[in-house]
Amino acid sequence: MGLLSDPVRRRALARLVLRLNAPLWALPVAWLERTMRSVGLEVYTQSFSRKLPFPDETHERYMVSGTNVYGILRAPRAASTESLVLTVPCGSDSTNSQAVGLLLALAAHFRGQIYWAKDIIFLVTEYDLLGTEAWLEAYHDVNVTGMQSSPLQGRAGAIQAAVALELSSDMVTSLDVAVEGLNGQLPNLDLLNLFQTFCQKGGLLCTLQGKLQPQDWTSLDGPLQGLQMLLLMVLRQASGRPHGSHGLFLRYRVEALTLRGINSFRQYKYDLVAVGKALEGMFRKLNHLLERLHQSFFLYLLPALSRFVSIGLYMPAAGFLLLVLGLKALELWMQLHEAGVGLEEPRGSPGPSAQGVGLASLVAPLLISQAMGLALYVLPVLGQHVAAQHFPVAEAEAVVLTLLAIYAAGLALPHNTHRVVSTQAPDRGWMALKLVALIYLALQLGCIALTNFSLGFLLAATMVPTAALAKPHGSRTLYAALLVLTSPAATLFGSLFLWRELQEAPLSLAEGWQLFLAALAQGVLEHHTYGALLFPLLSLGLYPCWLLFWNVLFWK
Amino acid sequence: MAAAMPLALFVLQLLGPGGWCLAEPQRDSLREELVITPLPSGDVAATFQFRTRWDSELQREGVSHYRLFPKALGQLISKYSLRELHLSFTQGFWRTRYWGPPFLQAPSGAELWVWFQDTVTNVDKSWKELSNVLSGIFCASLNFIDSTNTVTPTASFKPLGLANDTDHYFLRYAVLPREVVCTENLTPWKKLLPCSSKAGLSVLLKADRLFHTSYHSQAVHIRPVCRNARCTSISWELRQTLSVVFDAFITGQGKKDWSLFRMFSRTLTEPCPLASESRVYVDITNYNQDNETLEVNPPPTTTYQDVILGTRKTYAIYDLLDTATINNSRNLNIQLKWKRPAENGYIHYQPAQDRLQPHLLEMLIQLPANSVTKVSIQFERALLKWTEYTPDPNHGFYVSPSVLSALVPSMVAAKPVDWEESPLFNSLFPVSDGSNYFVRLYTEPLLVNLPTPDFSMPYNVICLTCTVVAVCYGSFYNLLTRTFHIEEPRTGGLAKRLANLIRRIRGVPLL
Repeated sequence: MGLLSDPVRRRALARLVLRLNAPLWALPVAWLERTMRSVGLEVYTQSFSRKLPFPDETHERYMVSGTNVYGILRAPRAASTESLVLTVPCGSDSTNSQAVGLLLALAAHFRGQIYWAKDIIFLVTEYDLLGTEAWLEAYHDVNVTGMQSSPLQGRAGAIQAAVALELSSDMVTSLDVAVEGLNGQLPNLDLLNLFQTFCQKGGLLCTLQGKLQPQDWTSLDGPLQGLQMLLLMVLRQASGRPHGSHGLFLRYRVEALTLRGINSFRQYKYDLVAVGKALEGMFRKLNHLLERLHQSFFLYLLPALSRFVSIGLYMPAAGFLLLVLGLKALELWMQLHEAGVGLEEPRGSPGPSAQGVGLASLVAPLLISQAMGLALYVLPVLGQHVAAQHFPVAEAEAVVLTLLAIYAAGLALPHNTHRVVSTQAPDRGWMALKLVALIYLALQLGCIALTNFSLGFLLAATMVPTAALAKPHGSRTLYAALLVLTSPAATLFGSLFLWRELQEAPLSLAEGWQLFLAALAQGVLEHHTYGALLFPLLSLGLYPCWLLFWNVLFWK
Repeated sequence: MAAAMPLALFVLQLLGPGGWCLAEPQRDSLREELVITPLPSGDVAATFQFRTRWDSELQREGVSHYRLFPKALGQLISKYSLRELHLSFTQGFWRTRYWGPPFLQAPSGAELWVWFQDTVTNVDKSWKELSNVLSGIFCASLNFIDSTNTVTPTASFKPLGLANDTDHYFLRYAVLPREVVCTENLTPWKKLLPCSSKAGLSVLLKADRLFHTSYHSQAVHIRPVCRNARCTSISWELRQTLSVVFDAFITGQGKKDWSLFRMFSRTLTEPCPLASESRVYVDITNYNQDNETLEVNPPPTTTYQDVILGTRKTYAIYDLLDTATINNSRNLNIQLKWKRPAENGYIHYQPAQDRLQPHLLEMLIQLPANSVTKVSIQFERALLKWTEYTPDPNHGFYVSPSVLSALVPSMVAAKPVDWEESPLFNSLFPVSDGSNYFVRLYTEPLLVNLPTPDFSMPYNVICLTCTVVAVCYGSFYNLLTRTFHIEEPRTGGLAKRLANLIRRIRGVPLL
């Protein structure tokens, strides 16, 4: 096995060589402090450090220690009870330095104005989201992810709203807005409306999901484009990742969004003045707020910037999907009841004993599938060093491969459990198991849909039909293929393809596989660094539940 | 001097049998004291001393009445013509670096050194016999003292008591480093005490606690002392001492707070009735180490200051013979608490009553230099009553600023000024003296978001319900309660009558 046979490794090595030749980029803390102070802000720094559970190969990070710099513009005649945040996350290279420049320019301009009623915090974070997480935890004096950071010296009351800015070049052709936050949280729709208003006012081109807005809603084209964007948003929200550093603010009930300058529509060109004007307008509007943004929707889906689908419209869809599970469970319950009565009468034996056997036979598969889920959750990160010692893989690869191995090992389960299980009535066993599994799935999907509709709907749409159909009769291979295709991992795999297809950048199978592995690693990593819940949800909740259906299918 | 002795003895013998009942001044006395010293390391040292003094000449034969002085030792003195006897049993080692200098020094193991009277002819023989007898008295292996481990120091180990000459020929010194000290040595030592372990300070001498310490040393010292200031005659003094060091980590579970009960699993309940003085001293010297101060409870009645071992120390005194000390609570359990000044001082907390009064938390804090003090308050968010929400509940609710008042030491000593004459800006806050000035700071108010119900929802519900009630209920009620009558249209127009007339004629149904 050659070292460079793997394309990922080859790329990583190439990047490493490049990085070694280039001077290592670090946040110029002293310069930032000096500049912010010269502009007239109260400047503070915060140092933080974090050891990731395993090396992050996408961002090339493992042991991270950085410094956040923030300056506070104190509002005149206000007691620092409320504040607004303009944040620029800086990554491991200087790609976002344009945004830092704009931030400093805005700070200098804002400092000269007298109308501020809320303090404004200008925050530059190192290691983008990690720095933001450290700063937010220190600001709210909590520690939820094991980040080590120095306490903040300067505070400015309750943060009312935050805007994150990412510009990759000084020429911006359009401003893209990202709303999807950690665990699918969304900011209040009014913040988005505010942004859109100022885009229109300033004549800026605004995009959502990196796509131009559909103009013509009367023909078929517009709604189709809208559907495409809606699906993109559903996929992004379902991933539960913070799509931009605004996503971490949402956890603290701070309405926030990320503005990303993109440079892909050549016919429109703006310089940073236009962007700055839009931002100034937004901040002045937010400055006038008497209450937190709360009037508009918190739960919505966006087919376009100016249109939304409210929760009242989309929630029934998920409800009807889950109703299928409920009805199927009811049917099984009736069948079980009839079977119990039918058994009882000819034999004359009391019913409870037969029922007791049926319940006892459920304990083993339930326990084993839950244990598999627990192993899936715990073992990859716990056993990465052991795996890396015994196999020629890096730690991050070890985590992903262990994940896949445990996941696949779960499929071998029914052959183990059916010997444990023994019932007089063969049908009763799988029916009872399926009944439990159906209720379990319905409960889980219901809870997920309430908190993160997109994820709940995506999972329900894929899992519900096969879950309702699964039974140990008929063509098992067909059912098994269906079940495998709708398992959580396959859903993730399929979602990646759909995602790239919708972005009009289709994937080949090999690329898709690489992306899938990277997504797995990212999912685990984001759970540990930011507290994203997708990984524990899938490994501890849905995967064991799915195993139960697999168990039903291969019941003997 | 020699002539006076028989006379005194004679008087004693005369008065002896019947004279005790008279108001004859007691010729022996017992003083007991316990010194508790919190050590810099967080451990606590306790030193007991029981001093029995007997104004009697023991060397003479015929002294047979012993009151407080233990007879076993008294006979030993007279039989072996001892001038001084120092015996110590020690388990452990006094860690001077962490514990500071000790009151009573002793080597690890058993140590015995004796000055004999110059009347003793065969010192070595007496020494051998004496060690064997002591071995029996204290259940120790002192009988292993022989010529191989006995020395006669010439410079060190001078007599501690009254001595006319110091001929080193009469001194014997021996150490048994391997001697293990345990309960069997403690029990005979306790039996020498007049109150044994029944009352007084010796109640605290509970073997299982004393040997659960990191240092244990018990000793017996006998020496002649001057009976009065002019030293015309001698008295015999017996000091029984016991020092223990309680380990903060083993006995105190890592805490630095102590009490008599936690140390000895006993409290003091009554003084020894035979003792003429019975006191507990607690070292409350403010070392200012780690900015901690010591607090004792119950508060002492008196304190005692002196220079001990080169440092000025303050001791809190609890006199057991003072009836107020024990009678108040039936027992005395002295508690030592270490307090950081940050937590020290005055804390006044007045909890809130919902809708009546707010919380009030006042703290007197002494801040160490260059330090950050964090005061955090946990609170729970609760729903208000629906009428209590402000018109803009999503703005949040204000928590009023905290107040910080301080007397800051001034860098420059200000001269006392005439209060009336000084400028007005300088004389609002009263200044006690020139070395301090008064500062009051306010923190920023805090905006707290309480859970806010969506007020549009009740509004919608009310509107909807009112509409439903108005439209449906109203019309249904109307329909149900109204009685309907079919009323014949009696009156018609003239044309109608005419038409009906014609119809009747034609035989067609009427209109």
